[in-house]
Amino acid sequence: MKKENSRRIFLKNLSLATFSALALSGCNMKKVDEFLQKNFRTLTKKEVDDLIKNLVIEYKEKYHKDFHLSAKPALEETLFGYALDLSRCIGCRRCVYACVKENNQSRNPQIHWIQVLQMEKEKGIDFAYSTVQYNPETVPDKDHFYVPIGCQQCRNPQCIKVCPAKATWQEPDGIVVIDYNWCIGCRYCMAACPYGARHFNWGEPNVPAEEINTEMHYLGNRPRMKGVVEKCTFCVQRTREGKYPACVEICPVGARKFGNLLDPESEVRYILANKRVLVLKQELNTQPKFYYFFGI
Amino acid sequence: MKDKNYKNIKIPVIILMLFCFLILSCDDKKSDGNETHKVSALKNSSKKPEKTNEYAVEAPPFSDGIFPCTDCHKSFPPNPVKRELVKWHDDISAIFNHDKENRWCLDCHDVNNRDSLKLASGKLLDFKESYKLCGQCHGEKLRDWKVGVHGKRTGEWNGKREYLLCVHCHNPHSPKFKELKPEPPPMRQIDIK
Repeated sequence: MKKENSRRIFLKNLSLATFSALALSGCNMKKVDEFLQKNFRTLTKKEVDDLIKNLVIEYKEKYHKDFHLSAKPALEETLFGYALDLSRCIGCRRCVYACVKENNQSRNPQIHWIQVLQMEKEKGIDFAYSTVQYNPETVPDKDHFYVPIGCQQCRNPQCIKVCPAKATWQEPDGIVVIDYNWCIGCRYCMAACPYGARHFNWGEPNVPAEEINTEMHYLGNRPRMKGVVEKCTFCVQRTREGKYPACVEICPVGARKFGNLLDPESEVRYILANKRVLVLKQELNTQPKFYYFFGI
Repeated sequence: MKDKNYKNIKIPVIILMLFCFLILSCDDKKSDGNETHKVSALKNSSKKPEKTNEYAVEAPPFSDGIFPCTDCHKSFPPNPVKRELVKWHDDISAIFNHDKENRWCLDCHDVNNRDSLKLASGKLLDFKESYKLCGQCHGEKLRDWKVGVHGKRTGEWNGKREYLLCVHCHNPHSPKFKELKPEPPPMRQIDIK
């Protein structure tokens, strides 16, 4: 008769467990630390500082550059809002590539946080008749207009509700961010987002060392890993320092506007008060802080 | 009976081992739980920069060697008759497309002082203030521009905002925007290897 449980099997299992534990702890303490790291929101100030110090060393080893990695919290009395002038956008895609460069998006496999949709004037804003693949000699193309779409920074973001790991949340200044170390790559948020604003790293992200932006934020444009989701953060590394997002600064027609929704003097508030404004998919009650308007 | 005992012991022992391993690896972290990192509580950066309403404009974008205009014009007697220029400034004549039927050079440039622009009222205007000249007709654009809604802003969203003059983006003699070559379209999903 075969014995199901014997002293022999017990000892075998015991030694196996011991061995694997030793192997795990011996191989790379850094990896283990990273694995056991807590959610960013529960880290103490000291833990964040240590984390950043280690990451800067790690990035320097990888890219041979000095990095400035910030974990600056939200500014007080600030709620970021964005406005985009549909009457001016010519669909030149300068913003797409400025964003890629600023935010260290993977070049290959390619990830773009901004999608510029070409729509037919006759149909209006109708996603069924839109394309991102347009490529005429020059833009704007006759009979078409353009709607660039990135993260709409919703007040009521569905993506954070579905995250089983609580790896994504809304900051006090309204920016929806991701803790890449806590993202488990389930892509529920991508399914929940009605704007297609979240992107998944299917492969190991690849940014050439000479093109990498060394001004970084922990919750923003630091290098991502394979298997995590990423998205627009209103250039958190810039905007929390008082600067405009990269897409605002590059736009050759000045169609992109950015500011503090709590400041009645800001350009975004002026637009809300004086222009014809719309948000995308209003009926879904996501309440975007990204407004489209007609400046003419 | 003996077998059963082993069964009961085996799982707790493995769990204990893993637990020991966890404690060992967490040892260097020493989290002090009371000082949680509250994002909004850190006030190191809450200084509000002062609001500035000045228009920080760059110098007007003159072509090389064209300014001051008096360098050349002092040697010509002014001719206030409306005509199409052919010998001089023919490059501007060629592109001029800004209400061509009703306007010509001296509606905006001053006949006596070529280094100045001129408002409809006759008031002279420095080239650095050319936006006032544009605003005579394009009032609503000037209004939007002043609050930063028309045109591009760079600099700081809550501090020093940098404006461009109208003429940095629009050629004053042919103000319509030129078409641009678009950047390449995104890779199609089926092409991503």
